[in-house]
Amino acid sequence: MKPITELIKDLADLHGRDRHSLLPILQGVVEQEKYLSEYSMIEIARELDLPATEVFGTATFYSFLEYKKMGRYIIRICKTITCSMKGEKQILLAIEDMLKIKVGETTPDGSFSLLQTNCLGFCHKAPAMLINNDVFTELTPEKVREILSEYLNRKNEGGQNVN
Amino acid sequence: MSTNYQLKRADFIFKDENDWEEVLKNNINRPPNELINELISSELKGRGGAGFPTGLKWKISAEEVNDVKYVICNADEGEPGTFKDREILSKVPFKVLTAIAICGHVIGAKIGFIYLRGEYFFLQPELNKAINEFEYYCREIKFDFSIKIFMGSGAYICGEETALFESMEGKRGEPRNKPPFPSAFGYMGKPTVINNVETLAHTYTIFKYGSKRFYDLGVQYSRGSKLFSVSGDTPKPGIYELELGMSLADFVDEFGDDDTKAVQVGGASGFLVPRKRFSETNIGFQGKLVGISLPTGGSMMLFNSSRSMFNVLDNYLNFFAEESCGQCTPCRVGCQQLLRGIKAVKRGEKNAQYLDKMLKLAETMQFTAKCGLGQSVANSFSSIVENFREEMIY
Amino acid sequence: MGKKIKITINGETVEIVKGTSILEAANQAGVIIPTLCYHKDLCVAGNCRVCVVEIAGQKRLAPACATPCDEGMDVLTNTLKVRNSRKHIIELLLSEHNADCTNCYKNGGCELQKLASEYKIMNQDFIHLVPFRNYTIDMFSPSIIKDDSKCIRCQRCVRTCAELQGVNALTMSYKGEHAKITTFFEKAMNDVVCTNCGQCINHCPTGALVEKNYIEEVWSAISDKTKYVVVQTAPAVRVGLGEELGFEPGARVTGKMVAALKRLGFDAVMDTDFTADLTIMEEGTELLTRLKGALVDKNPDIKLPMATSCSPGWIKFIEHMYPSLLDHLSSCKSPQQMFGALVKTYYAKARNIDPEKIVSVSIMPCTAKKFEAARPEMHDSGYRDVDYVLTTRELAIMIKQAGIDFMKLKDAHYDRLMGESTGAGVIFGATGGVMEAALRTAYELVTGRDVPFENLKILPVRGMEGVKEASIKIENPLEKWSFLDGVELNCAIAHGLVNAKKVMDSIVAGTSHYHFIEFMACPGGCLGGGGQPIPTNPEIRARRTEAIYAEDEGMPMRKSHLNPEITKIYKDFLIAPLGDRRINKINTKYTPRKRY
Repeated sequence: MKPITELIKDLADLHGRDRHSLLPILQGVVEQEKYLSEYSMIEIARELDLPATEVFGTATFYSFLEYKKMGRYIIRICKTITCSMKGEKQILLAIEDMLKIKVGETTPDGSFSLLQTNCLGFCHKAPAMLINNDVFTELTPEKVREILSEYLNRKNEGGQNVN
Repeated sequence: MSTNYQLKRADFIFKDENDWEEVLKNNINRPPNELINELISSELKGRGGAGFPTGLKWKISAEEVNDVKYVICNADEGEPGTFKDREILSKVPFKVLTAIAICGHVIGAKIGFIYLRGEYFFLQPELNKAINEFEYYCREIKFDFSIKIFMGSGAYICGEETALFESMEGKRGEPRNKPPFPSAFGYMGKPTVINNVETLAHTYTIFKYGSKRFYDLGVQYSRGSKLFSVSGDTPKPGIYELELGMSLADFVDEFGDDDTKAVQVGGASGFLVPRKRFSETNIGFQGKLVGISLPTGGSMMLFNSSRSMFNVLDNYLNFFAEESCGQCTPCRVGCQQLLRGIKAVKRGEKNAQYLDKMLKLAETMQFTAKCGLGQSVANSFSSIVENFREEMIY
Repeated sequence: MGKKIKITINGETVEIVKGTSILEAANQAGVIIPTLCYHKDLCVAGNCRVCVVEIAGQKRLAPACATPCDEGMDVLTNTLKVRNSRKHIIELLLSEHNADCTNCYKNGGCELQKLASEYKIMNQDFIHLVPFRNYTIDMFSPSIIKDDSKCIRCQRCVRTCAELQGVNALTMSYKGEHAKITTFFEKAMNDVVCTNCGQCINHCPTGALVEKNYIEEVWSAISDKTKYVVVQTAPAVRVGLGEELGFEPGARVTGKMVAALKRLGFDAVMDTDFTADLTIMEEGTELLTRLKGALVDKNPDIKLPMATSCSPGWIKFIEHMYPSLLDHLSSCKSPQQMFGALVKTYYAKARNIDPEKIVSVSIMPCTAKKFEAARPEMHDSGYRDVDYVLTTRELAIMIKQAGIDFMKLKDAHYDRLMGESTGAGVIFGATGGVMEAALRTAYELVTGRDVPFENLKILPVRGMEGVKEASIKIENPLEKWSFLDGVELNCAIAHGLVNAKKVMDSIVAGTSHYHFIEFMACPGGCLGGGGQPIPTNPEIRARRTEAIYAEDEGMPMRKSHLNPEITKIYKDFLIAPLGDRRINKINTKYTPRKRY
């Protein structure tokens, strides 16, 4: 994993250093670090010659640009109406029970964070969730336990950047 | 109801004859005016929910005098219950890319963007592959056009056209004042045509077959077919391409589960239609049809008698309170007042008359909010509260 | 000049230039449309939705500030729909607002309160949202108090800090119900790049941003019989104070101000203009010394251009943004701080008062002066040089609390020793004033003649343009200054930090060739300062400017070096400009700060 300053410089080389390059750069940092720390926001501001508040104000607008420390795997459960009707609550309970965290929290070992999100666009296969960028649909409590077990195995096997 | 009943289907979008190269080559050799007229006579209206005549939109941008113009495909599909654009982009991406390029030819743009919502990140690899192939072909036929993907990061409001521009410009997705309108002052202040994914897919059909084939479907003021995303209490959830103008009663006959209490047409910013109004409601754009005509992005969510309409409204208002950009007073505060208001009535903290005050507030939001989000909250709020008042109180 | 079109407003036809907003057209037609997020100094936002009006034929209401007029538009500003909608908007704002008006510093001066009163919002029964919000009050800054519970998110402060000042200490953050205005990572105001200029306070319609006030502390000091309370008044205060006490903008109330201060109970009422004159002597000499060092000695350590240092908002700005260029700043303290240091040494000695008993108060048009007075290095007298800084607004409050009928006061005079000043001192309050005062003295010092401008009015440095330039050619100087013969002295004047940034960037880029630059943090100079009466707008600042120059023309002496009290202080105390006594009394040092 690249040190942040180098990562930001590379991202700026790739996307440019204009204001309209900001979002891809923020996304690039979140991709690797899972969140934007104060330090990374300052470095981005420095690299793009922007005020720090502009970076902060823009980043905090977007739900996927986290600014608090997150786990390696961010679970986002859809809570919009169809998923809610089709059993989102049970899925949430299953995850809370398995990982021992509530919505908004991260497991102590830093592997999973649990969040809720709005309509993912899989209403015909509700309930649905994202883990980082991967979508899982037609969930049942059992299916969710299977999926999470797989992630836990992955984490145990290799320390590499497994998405 | 009767499982044999079938609404009028169409098959323009997903039928893929893999002939995009030909369609592209033919159409970039036609004069822009001809293509614009084709679109205008087809009476194609925007399929994202707003229903603006597509031909007119392209015409206005084409007539703007500016060296730099843009085409943007709005793939920030976020309306609850809508999932058709995702399918289009995964199954027939080349139709969309071709349509974007033809639009570029018509208005004089050299760059097209696809604003792809962050939740659809997994579509990127395949989409990028398609774009590479597409650009390769463009270079072969010496057509100067490139397409880039711009990723969103989790903000429903960025589906609003001016908020989308702000987002692409690296800022908060706060909608702008209109006028000026995107066709004249869009992304980076340049003339921009911004169209929904499905709208572009339909233009492909029109450019390939001519406007008549499209126009022949549907009804007056609501020509052509539309993709419907069906979900909820239905035995057949999924995506269906149907002719516009159908009656909701017929729709429920085919897609309901024999116990349909209400249908949400157009997602959280749409209207909830109770059973008693199914037969008088048609799905299409405003026109002189009998009864009510409801425009929609195609989201159809069915609720049966086991569902609490209070929970439904509570869910929508939570959604809006979170996803509002927070800029303007009526939407930022209004959504919270409506949400807490119905909770307070339900808990008995406020009496039933408070609902009437909320209805008036929703109406004010409709008149004064800065963008479509705030303006549309009243749609579901009023339709649910007026038709299911008892469920709000008891 | 654009095309003219005709529209109707409430049935009356109005002719306007195409593209004018409905709000401006209504103003022309004598129709008042209430606003909150709109401000003449700033770009149009269109987010409060208070100014919505009806356009015939359109179902939705349009924001008057953001909607350009079209030929034949039929605007209705007083329909039932408009009034009811507006009422709702105000009620919504009140529901997320800490509307405890009697406990609010802005009580009586709040724009939201005024609207609520006009629309008689008496039966508000929306759910009160403040208890659910965990609002915080940031009182860490010495100058500004930020109370989020009163914010209506009009974003005027954000736009001010960004467009007018280029500081960008504030931003709109998060979205939806959580949207609020914050600093970077919600840090305290004194922990970020805020320059304390207070322009945000000037533009905030509610009590969300107010100054930290020291009214009670000053009352305590005044009533403490063992203390000798001295007050100094900045030049810009005398052309702004009247607005808070019943006068029109641009009223000159110097005599009444002094009379009021005496009635409040200050033991000595003296004038910052005196030390403004002193600053000219010191800074003028410093400039000439630097010019000699650069042009004759070719000393590479001498930094030109030299920049003025009397605006503490500007000082904090350069400390954050251009810390490597701090050597360009004049080493002189600001007039306020010079006064503070001298009052507890020179004045104390001359009047035989124990400096420990002196409480030094200043009345400033400025909130950054509160920060300046609290800077760690400002205790050269052996005590805190300036104990309390009151803004013009705070003084007005004290005058009202004391039951003084300001309008009926007879003019009074400043006290001796540090109360005499010249016209050159008073023009410090306007942008270009320091430059003009400096040139009047420096030019005469060098050539023995008056500046070549009629009636000493150096017009090129005056006016509201963001960056002004002026050049004076030195010809036939006195022998001592012969090295300046033929030199064209290039000067620049910048007001508003966004313009300061422009000038500094040109220095960094090497594209400017100035010798001397006057920097003022606030638009218009001090007369538009963060502590001046609210509201502020270009017209009001223009009127205050006229008043300042009228004060100057009305003074018996108009050049700093002619001030007899200045001559006296050199004779009795300082000996000579830049001389030994000066060290630690009236020069200062600066602190490099982080940009982020």
